[in-house]
Amino acid sequence: MEDAARLLQLAINGAASGCIYGLIALGFVLIYKATEMVNFAQGDIMMLGGFIAYALIAKVGLPYWAGALLAMMITAAFGYVLDAVVLRRVIGQPQFAVVMLTLGLGFIFRAGAGITWGYDSVGFATPFTNKTVKVAGMVLGQDNLSIIVGTVLLCVVLYLFFSKTRLGVAMQAASQNQLAAYYMGIPVRRIFSLIWAISAAVACLAGVLLSPVSMIDVNMGSLGIKAFAAAVIGGFGSIPGCLVGGVIVGIVEQFAGYKLPTGFQEVTSNVVLLLMLLVRPQGLFAERMGKRV
Amino acid sequence: MSLFQAEDISVRFGGIRAVDSVSFHVNPGEVFCIIGPNGAGKTTIFNLISRIYNSTSGKLIFDGQDFTHMPPDRIAGMGIARTFQNIELFPNATLLQNLLIGRHCHARVGLLSQLAFLPSVRRAELQHREKVEDVIGFLGLQRYRDTLIANLPYGVRKVVELGRALCTEPKLLLLDEPSSGLNVEETEGMGFWIEDIKKDLGITVIMVEHDMALVNQVSDRVMALNYGRVLAMGSPAEVQSHPEVIKAYLGGEMESAA
Amino acid sequence: MRRLFRTDYRQDITLFRSNGDRFWYAVLAVLMIAAPAVLGEFYIGELGGLFIFAIAGVGLMLLVGYTGLISLGHAAFLGIGAYVNAVLLKQDVSFLITLPIAGLFTGLCGAAIGRPTLRMSGLYLAIATLAFGSIVGTVFQKWESVTGGFDGFPVPTPYFFGLALDNATGIYYASLAVLVFVLLIAANMLRSPVGRAMVAIRDSEVSAQSMGINLARYKTLAFAVSAGMTGLAGALFAHYVRYLAPDAFDVLLSVQFITIVFVGGLGSLRGAILGAAFVRLLPQFIAIVRDDLPFGIGRLPGLEPSLFGLVLVLVILFQPQGLNGMWLKFTAWFQEFPFKRQASYRRQKSYARSERLR
Repeated sequence: MEDAARLLQLAINGAASGCIYGLIALGFVLIYKATEMVNFAQGDIMMLGGFIAYALIAKVGLPYWAGALLAMMITAAFGYVLDAVVLRRVIGQPQFAVVMLTLGLGFIFRAGAGITWGYDSVGFATPFTNKTVKVAGMVLGQDNLSIIVGTVLLCVVLYLFFSKTRLGVAMQAASQNQLAAYYMGIPVRRIFSLIWAISAAVACLAGVLLSPVSMIDVNMGSLGIKAFAAAVIGGFGSIPGCLVGGVIVGIVEQFAGYKLPTGFQEVTSNVVLLLMLLVRPQGLFAERMGKRV
Repeated sequence: MSLFQAEDISVRFGGIRAVDSVSFHVNPGEVFCIIGPNGAGKTTIFNLISRIYNSTSGKLIFDGQDFTHMPPDRIAGMGIARTFQNIELFPNATLLQNLLIGRHCHARVGLLSQLAFLPSVRRAELQHREKVEDVIGFLGLQRYRDTLIANLPYGVRKVVELGRALCTEPKLLLLDEPSSGLNVEETEGMGFWIEDIKKDLGITVIMVEHDMALVNQVSDRVMALNYGRVLAMGSPAEVQSHPEVIKAYLGGEMESAA
Repeated sequence: MRRLFRTDYRQDITLFRSNGDRFWYAVLAVLMIAAPAVLGEFYIGELGGLFIFAIAGVGLMLLVGYTGLISLGHAAFLGIGAYVNAVLLKQDVSFLITLPIAGLFTGLCGAAIGRPTLRMSGLYLAIATLAFGSIVGTVFQKWESVTGGFDGFPVPTPYFFGLALDNATGIYYASLAVLVFVLLIAANMLRSPVGRAMVAIRDSEVSAQSMGINLARYKTLAFAVSAGMTGLAGALFAHYVRYLAPDAFDVLLSVQFITIVFVGGLGSLRGAILGAAFVRLLPQFIAIVRDDLPFGIGRLPGLEPSLFGLVLVLVILFQPQGLNGMWLKFTAWFQEFPFKRQASYRRQKSYARSERLR
């Protein structure tokens, strides 16, 4: 009986961390679907979003919900400006150039955050910190649950946005065929900047949700690499796929930490990633594309 | 004795039968044209012959050899070369390098020799260069030798594509819409080259083409395709006057005005 | 104005294009050989480090710049070369043997990674190599019986026919020799069918296949040669640092290598060397000007990586052809003086080319 509780605990922890990976992966995938750019700085944007939330809630003193929302909006604006000013200029260069560019940006973000907020871990008061809830006789941390619930809510919102609103449909169109979207009067470049904004906001949300579980610090962006595993498993083109992928990675990681000797947990996500790329590179959900010659 | 034979080849993409039980043969030394409306499956047939796609049925035979399951990189060594409809040159290399890559299937030097650049490799390089220069001379590309492909105009690139295929010293040449994107003069020039290829170089040609004037000028036999199926096969005149072919291009008969 | 008038095909395949080139390279050779007699130990040590990074840079350039395969995990190959060399030296094997074996073994590892990643391109390959690099780093940490884990691995002194090479001058000459060797191999590859096959694969895989190029063979080969060269660099690196710690071969180092290739200029051997110079000299440069920077910027922590990132961003935005591009523009300006072709060097508008369909 105790073992089952332990397993469930692991599963919940795994699902929670998996949701974070999934959220970061979501940011990757949104941008990739639209512009084929990979944002290697996505994790660092999450870090920036977390720090902005910290600044608003702990320093300025805004209440949690207002602070989180404002942080998301600020981060979204940041993402928009980033695309409009920097990323737009590298259209036409090979994908590799964008990889390097975003890697470089990641360095700058980390240094900027370190200079502004220091290199120590910080946190802020959330309604979920250190609170627990009783479910079926087990005690579960509200912080982990909040991550899972928050992620699910976000996905529902995004789903409705992309399928039901004009802007969302326009984004889908611009992602699939830029030229046709232009012809339909869709302002493609602005839409791409908006997609960057949404990705940034999602990253910020991830940072905010993560903060009660693990504090905010300059290096938290390194989770981005684990998010790659999530995105790859999901298929890099599919939004629900990212989350499924993330949860799989998260849960596998937790169980690896439980069963395997110490130190192997970190390598789990990489091994899962490599295995996936070797066995089924298109992921669980994506379509294969070939070139028509 | 035919040089090339396709027996009952097919391929599907999802529910669409892009090529549906197509059979034809090509005699040595002739120019064989495949015509048909857009989407008829002409380029797909080329892709089947190049083994980029796998045929779901039938056989492909070249010079007596069944190559239905051959990997795509062995096709050039067999003697079949092709050009691509949308030009698949190597844009970040010079014209000369592109043509030299065409000689790759004739490169018989070992890896270690190449790493050390032994005299045998040097000699082979010079030989390849001479062969490539022959093609450059044949096509008149001398002044573009050291230009990057990315900097060349479209018409010239089409010719380079042809040249690269010729560098492989093929017995069978597949030309995918050689005149598309070319103006009248360039198309005429292309027609003369195809004739020269046939007469002087003795290469058999299979050509996909839309320009009927060019088809009439150079081809010996024509095959018309629509919806992946063969409509007609024979001399250019026969095929072009075939009622099914006319229907495919112009649509069915019009209803009378009343 | 200088124009090269060629009368023989041999002039196109020779390594040095003109007598002018031959002269300048000879001067360079003399300078390089004589340097230790003139410069102090610190500078010789730094140059040795530069050569080592340049060797790795050439290896990575062949893979990324010429074959179009991205690797974000090359630090792993440096590490493998370093540890293989150190472990064998500890078994009293001569350095003359451990060096080539380090290279060959790392090359095999490269082939092992190249084979399964054949169908991956661009993004997926980058991610796979990133994961690979990370996993190898963990192996270095965990396999304590061989690598000594976090305790570190003191590297035994290498001997070249009785001469101890563990001083700055020894490493300088050893690295210089290996660099020249590696450059020669690379240049030979590039003027042979192998090199052309690699370029073909970079630019159009479908087309390369229809020209008779076996993708599997050449991609694996590119990985193997690239890894092998980096392995040689790794063996030398072991003596440069003298004490191997597993966390030296991390993602940051892989990013530095990729920066070498990128800032240097994709698709040029000269770029590998210029890029290595940049990556090695930038930290020194920052250290020197740190105190003179206004607003106390120099005293901020985290300055170095941020400047690194900033330079990377600026290079990509404004000089995508890298240092090699700048070099070519400069020498072209020089050669064409007093004619200045402004328009040739203006950046042209380019459109995104989908890499999902190669």
